[in-house]
Amino acid sequence: MKESEKDKNKKIPTNDDIINDVTTSEYKYGFVTDIDTDIIPQGLNEDVVRLISQKKGEPEWLLDFRLKAFRHWLTLEVPTWAHLDIPEIDFQAISYYAAPKKKEGPKSFDEVDPELLDTFNKLGIPLEEQKVLSGMAVDAVMDSVSVKTTHKEKLAELGIIFCSFSEAVRDYPDLVKRYLGSVVSYRDNFYAALNSAVFSDGSFVYIPKGVHCPMELSTYFRINASGTGQFERTLIVADDDAYVSYLEGCTAPMRDENQLHAAIVEIIVEDRAEVKYSTVQNWYAGDKDGRGGVYNFVTKRGLCRGDNSKLSWTQVETGSAITWKYPSCVLSGDGAVGEFYSVAVTNNRQQADTGTKMIHTGRNTRSTIVSKGISAGYSQNSYRGLVKVAPNADGCRNYTQCDSLLLGSHCGAHTFPYIDVLNDTAVVEHEATTSKISEDQIFYCNQRGIPTEEAVALIVNGYAKEVMNKLPMEFAVEAQKLLQITLEGSVG
Amino acid sequence: MDKILLEVKNLRAGIEGKEILKGVNLTVRPGEVHAIMGPNGAGKSTLSSVLAGDPSFVVTEGEVSFHGVNLLELSPENRSHEGLFLSFQYPVEIPGVSMVNFMRAAINAKRKYFNQDPLSASEFLKLMRQKREVVELDNKLASRSVNEGFSGGEKKRNEIFQMAVLEPRLSILDETDSGLDIDALRIVAGGVNKLKTAENATIVITHYQRLLDYIKPDFVHVLYKGRIVRTGGPELALTLEERGYDWIKQEIDNK
Repeated sequence: MKESEKDKNKKIPTNDDIINDVTTSEYKYGFVTDIDTDIIPQGLNEDVVRLISQKKGEPEWLLDFRLKAFRHWLTLEVPTWAHLDIPEIDFQAISYYAAPKKKEGPKSFDEVDPELLDTFNKLGIPLEEQKVLSGMAVDAVMDSVSVKTTHKEKLAELGIIFCSFSEAVRDYPDLVKRYLGSVVSYRDNFYAALNSAVFSDGSFVYIPKGVHCPMELSTYFRINASGTGQFERTLIVADDDAYVSYLEGCTAPMRDENQLHAAIVEIIVEDRAEVKYSTVQNWYAGDKDGRGGVYNFVTKRGLCRGDNSKLSWTQVETGSAITWKYPSCVLSGDGAVGEFYSVAVTNNRQQADTGTKMIHTGRNTRSTIVSKGISAGYSQNSYRGLVKVAPNADGCRNYTQCDSLLLGSHCGAHTFPYIDVLNDTAVVEHEATTSKISEDQIFYCNQRGIPTEEAVALIVNGYAKEVMNKLPMEFAVEAQKLLQITLEGSVG
Repeated sequence: MDKILLEVKNLRAGIEGKEILKGVNLTVRPGEVHAIMGPNGAGKSTLSSVLAGDPSFVVTEGEVSFHGVNLLELSPENRSHEGLFLSFQYPVEIPGVSMVNFMRAAINAKRKYFNQDPLSASEFLKLMRQKREVVELDNKLASRSVNEGFSGGEKKRNEIFQMAVLEPRLSILDETDSGLDIDALRIVAGGVNKLKTAENATIVITHYQRLLDYIKPDFVHVLYKGRIVRTGGPELALTLEERGYDWIKQEIDNK
């Protein structure tokens, strides 16, 4: 009982802070950093792909990979199957490489541009080692390049590699070569092909056999330059019996134009290894009338190829004008476990089409999907999910719970579940609910003295709690605040 | 003592164009317990909802003064802050919101209204512990979601628990006895009695006399067709228990 009391003590103040924060509801991360940026001209062709590769000093094999991807991309059409109204994107009007100017990557902390440090401090991400909580290592990516990775040395003692993608290419080419594109092929889809051709930077993680990563690894992505796209790649490999919890956060300045973000995340999970991947996505969502905002087209997939391996995706999606994103698990190892916990909030004119794919090809594999959609304003929020069980995959289980909460009467919530079971022994369950915050609930809160805005936040957070509880503590607080801020003014 | 806590004058109110309260008059002084009885559809629950500020109802006429403040001008949450508490006939479930978080939000909203700093976590938990004892509420209940999966008795005890925490000047108990077995009824009534002081007052809305065995009223009112048609002492409740409402209905309808 003492434990639980302590727990409460810890949790309560956070709720309080959140409530205080409601009053400052504007998008807090909308500032622009005034920093010299090396931007290549707009447009995309083979020369641009070569230029990016050259700027990054890449080996020949990687340039080949990019060129193959680019040539394949040329043959593809923009996907239109999602429940999204996507304005035509002029791919020639985007600059595909932008980097804060600096002759070389910073060797030590003192060499990092103070403007950049300031930017990340403003975002609440201190990069100065002594200030970083001991519980987290951070890789910060601004526009196209990784600015700084903390705690590298400490992690290296355990054989853990946590560095920017570019460094990984330079220092661990064999690992990158072995795994790059092994989960998400450049042929996978339009945006995956585009990313594979022009990706700039991102994070690379390798956890060796039997190592339990002692701290959360975290990457913060920041778009700063205007007229640019951000195309980062994350590659995480957890070798046998390894464990890692990885966090991803994203923000962007407020701009009237739309910015394109097309990322790839690939995860490989070996025997008995476990990866937890948590995202708090807060790209700029555009203004009330839907002007500006980030187009977020992301391909995330994990391959649980080890027996009894486990991959858990947790996402809180509050930002972006358009979100197109389906973090998936391929469960090919026997007894592998895939999980997907999602809260997607849309307000004003935001559109989200998000969900997951659970592909059961191994025997006795299990998956859980919990999706909570919250729609407000004039937004459209769709869950799209696939549960597939292959013919030889005996004894598979899936449980899907898919809830939608509507605030107001101009928004939409949609559910597109696809179930494709080719094996009789599979047990697949799907539950779905749609609800509205009732007047009764609001009045009950009001009667107890809780004003309506606070009541809505309380109820929404309660609704999303099952997913929020899956987030690491530091992230959970941020995510709760975000929910509240995103829904500000959504109830009359 | 002529200090008045609540004064309702000629209150008319309705829902969707249908008038339900047709001129209610009621005066409540500190330290008093009033019982409002009446047949189904008389407007008992409407009266409590209107006093608490439920936006589904529209007030068309009348005045309500609550310790000198014009109650009808206040938002529901400010009525709460000013010391009005409604124990709901059907307490609402709020999935995923723990009682602890709910009550903390409630208390701190009230403190903010009075320009007080929020309670610290330890002060708050101490308060919760103290108040739980009033209605013998299980510790576990506090960590569960608001009313979710509570039994009928637990819900009503939870209402009185919230009343204990918020320390209102005026509590309106709307059919608090409905759905309670005799043991739960005793606990709930015991809680209400423990919270009674010379400064606060209680309005008990009930169908049956049974609850009044436990919560002794100073006045008993009969509400019929949207008006208080008769007021008496505790003996009036006993008469009603014996003879039902028909004789009053006849008397009024024949007028």
